[in-house]
Amino acid sequence: MSDRLKIGLLLFPALSIIIVLFFGGLLIGLMRSFNYMPIIGLTEPDLSAYISVFTDKEFYLSFLLTFHIAFTSTVISCILAVAAALLLRRQFIGRAVINFLFQLNLTVPHLVGAIGILYLFSQSGSFARLAAQWDMISSPADFPALVFDPFAIGIILQYVWKEVPFIGVIILANMQSIGEDYESVSRSLGASRWQAFRHVLMPLIFPGMLSASVMVFAFTFGAYEIPAILGANFPAALPVLAYRKYTDVDLAARPEAMAMAIVIALLSAVMIFLYVRYSRRRIRS
Amino acid sequence: MERNGSLLGSSFRFLTGTVLIVWLVLPLVPLAIWSFAKGWFYPSLLPKVWSLRAWEYTFSDTSGVLDSLWLTIGISLAATALSVLVGVPAGRALGMYQFKGKSFVELLILAPMIVPGIAVVLGIHSIFISMGLTNTVQGVILVHLIPTIPYMVLVMAGIFANYDPAYELQARSLGASPLKTFWYVTLPAIMPGIIVGALFSFLVSWSQYILTLLIGGGRVVTLPLLLFNFATSGRNDITGAIGLIYILPGIVILLLTAKHLSGRSGAVGGFGQI
Repeated sequence: MSDRLKIGLLLFPALSIIIVLFFGGLLIGLMRSFNYMPIIGLTEPDLSAYISVFTDKEFYLSFLLTFHIAFTSTVISCILAVAAALLLRRQFIGRAVINFLFQLNLTVPHLVGAIGILYLFSQSGSFARLAAQWDMISSPADFPALVFDPFAIGIILQYVWKEVPFIGVIILANMQSIGEDYESVSRSLGASRWQAFRHVLMPLIFPGMLSASVMVFAFTFGAYEIPAILGANFPAALPVLAYRKYTDVDLAARPEAMAMAIVIALLSAVMIFLYVRYSRRRIRS
Repeated sequence: MERNGSLLGSSFRFLTGTVLIVWLVLPLVPLAIWSFAKGWFYPSLLPKVWSLRAWEYTFSDTSGVLDSLWLTIGISLAATALSVLVGVPAGRALGMYQFKGKSFVELLILAPMIVPGIAVVLGIHSIFISMGLTNTVQGVILVHLIPTIPYMVLVMAGIFANYDPAYELQARSLGASPLKTFWYVTLPAIMPGIIVGALFSFLVSWSQYILTLLIGGGRVVTLPLLLFNFATSGRNDITGAIGLIYILPGIVILLLTAKHLSGRSGAVGGFGQI
């Protein structure tokens, strides 16, 4: 058997499932967003779904909110993950515990984290009760709204909780394989600690950090259950809005839901571009 | 002076380390307390009355939690088995061969790991309706393959990249059939990789929410759906109990595979989806 045929046969089952389900799903979504579906008699594609989405103020508010959630969570997680990795590089009491908790956290589904954050930060949650014990608040309403709030603080807290270990584990492995020789050299040549970090270590860990961040950004932009548990009703995160439109009793709203799904897909296509551009493919390592 | 600096450094590390440990554990604490609480009202810091009521309810036949648990295990096992079946060959192709269009194939397989489920599942739903696959377990298993297959392929590509096919050639030259070669030579060599990949694929399927919700149409109630329902209906005690059951497989899998869970293996990439 020639290598080409062999490779084709080996790849065929996996690729055909992914192409049919994933790319098929995308294509059908795209067609329906244009009201084009010959099988059910829709043969005239139009832009009505996009027009109603792009003229709806709720969509823009929702898009901005979702972008804010994804961007803020990714940036905060990244900074804390680098700090945590720098910490875990050194030997100290508790390092093994943190290492274990980082890995444990990787296996805990986002949904559980979201419920935990809800019980901690809601206005009758653990922190509100602590504040009441210390007479800082007199009723739950005095506690600042950290969940169901317009700034999505609860959602961001949840993502930071979950993504710091994710990015941290990847950056730590990067740092360990790079070693500390380069930094030592720069230090012996007179660089300050900050300069050695900023100009030597940072550029070395940047590709790994960026590829992890891209995954985090795409996930946080498209996740449904976390904003559904912790988010405000209006404006809702884009995936929540798309789901609501899709399950609306008015079937005419479905193409609008598809149009929103396409917006999410386009944004993640940008993320994939960045991922491929900057990550030295982990698939080959 | 130097000594002072390092002492300061190590106590700083100890302090930030402690803060980090507390923060990592914190969100799980109220879930655990709630599962043993009976009416834990504001402003009590701890429940006034402790009870096993939530656990009794959870394990009772009427609650449906156990049914949901078995269903979730079944769906995740089926999705994992199918992913292993198609993921191992594809991983071999990507790990062992250089070919034209390889980076394009990698891109096709990578895409579902980054594009969120909601972006594709609406389109799939409208097709599955006409095929009678919505509201069925089979439909849910199929749609879980979207996140699990890429993951399995990625892990297996990593395994096959470090795999030496010379043993297979030796077995063949000594007269073993292709099937025997696979069974006695290839399979034992890649088994550790398959196990790790399968455990992680299981976890990826285990954590799916929106794919199950839409394709299952509320009829296929897996554990995360049940958890979500109890959490949003304010039954915090039962939510706590189900939440603890729900994270258990992850902990077991972690204990089994801890050394593979470092960022050095490509396997960790899939955890962005959980």
